[in-house]
Amino acid sequence: MQPTQAPIQIPEVIQLIDLKYYLIISTALFVIGIIGVLTRRNAIIIFMSIELMLNSVNLLLIAFSSYRSDPTGQVFVFFIMAVAAAEVAVGLAIIVMIYRNTRSIDVGLLNKLKW
Amino acid sequence: MKATEIIFYVLTAITLLSASFVVTARNPVHSVLALILTFFCLTGHYVLMNAQFLAAVNIIVYAGAIMVLFLFTIMFLNLQKEDEESKTTLTKMAAVVVGGVLLVVMVAVFRAASVAPYDPATYNTRVGLVESLGMVLYKDYLLPFELASVLFLVAMVGAVMLGKREPGDRHF
Repeated sequence: MQPTQAPIQIPEVIQLIDLKYYLIISTALFVIGIIGVLTRRNAIIIFMSIELMLNSVNLLLIAFSSYRSDPTGQVFVFFIMAVAAAEVAVGLAIIVMIYRNTRSIDVGLLNKLKW
Repeated sequence: MKATEIIFYVLTAITLLSASFVVTARNPVHSVLALILTFFCLTGHYVLMNAQFLAAVNIIVYAGAIMVLFLFTIMFLNLQKEDEESKTTLTKMAAVVVGGVLLVVMVAVFRAASVAPYDPATYNTRVGLVESLGMVLYKDYLLPFELASVLFLVAMVGAVMLGKREPGDRHF
């Protein structure tokens, strides 16, 4: 016997707000992340800007997935979150090591690979 | 204007403002706090779109684990003092121009693109719930799911190895 499930309405935001708004929001978030990476020299803040960019992509994938009612996009977001968690762990370990060697986390000091 | 629309616009405004504050704040701790606010607003967006599972995961993974790592590192390295020498004004202007041009180009593309509206006849309201996501995850994406565990193992070993102090290293 199937358990009775309460019917869920179509989310109101999907009926009221056009998908293009979500496109523009996530583009704006991504651009803010890019500007952060380009303007700051603090390695941790650059890292946080990368997190912002990852999250803007997550927002876009979830918006498309729920507007199209296709669960695949949300599974992809799940994988992006897993990879982001692993990336943060390794990246912060690298930053700690850089600090240990140079007493600073200014990325301007790490210019051996420049040009 | 309905309540949902008001919530949507308010959430959007807070998201973008706190994201800008992440980039512009001088103190890294303020940046992390603004980033947490951004993540909570994004979670609000996910709840609005009925992506309940990912809303919970976003809180647990991002606002929980990742932000604790960031805060811990910042306090570990004692970076509250503002000793960061900023880039030149020319570099900053160039960066903002690059970002602005990208935004304008993308918005122009979106204006030209036609996005089909949702289809009420075939809409499945249970898409964002654990049940349907679990079905897709464990049927169609089982191999990537298992590979993610290998990735975590590698990341864990790598983080421990990088963070370990070698004999002869300086203390903090």
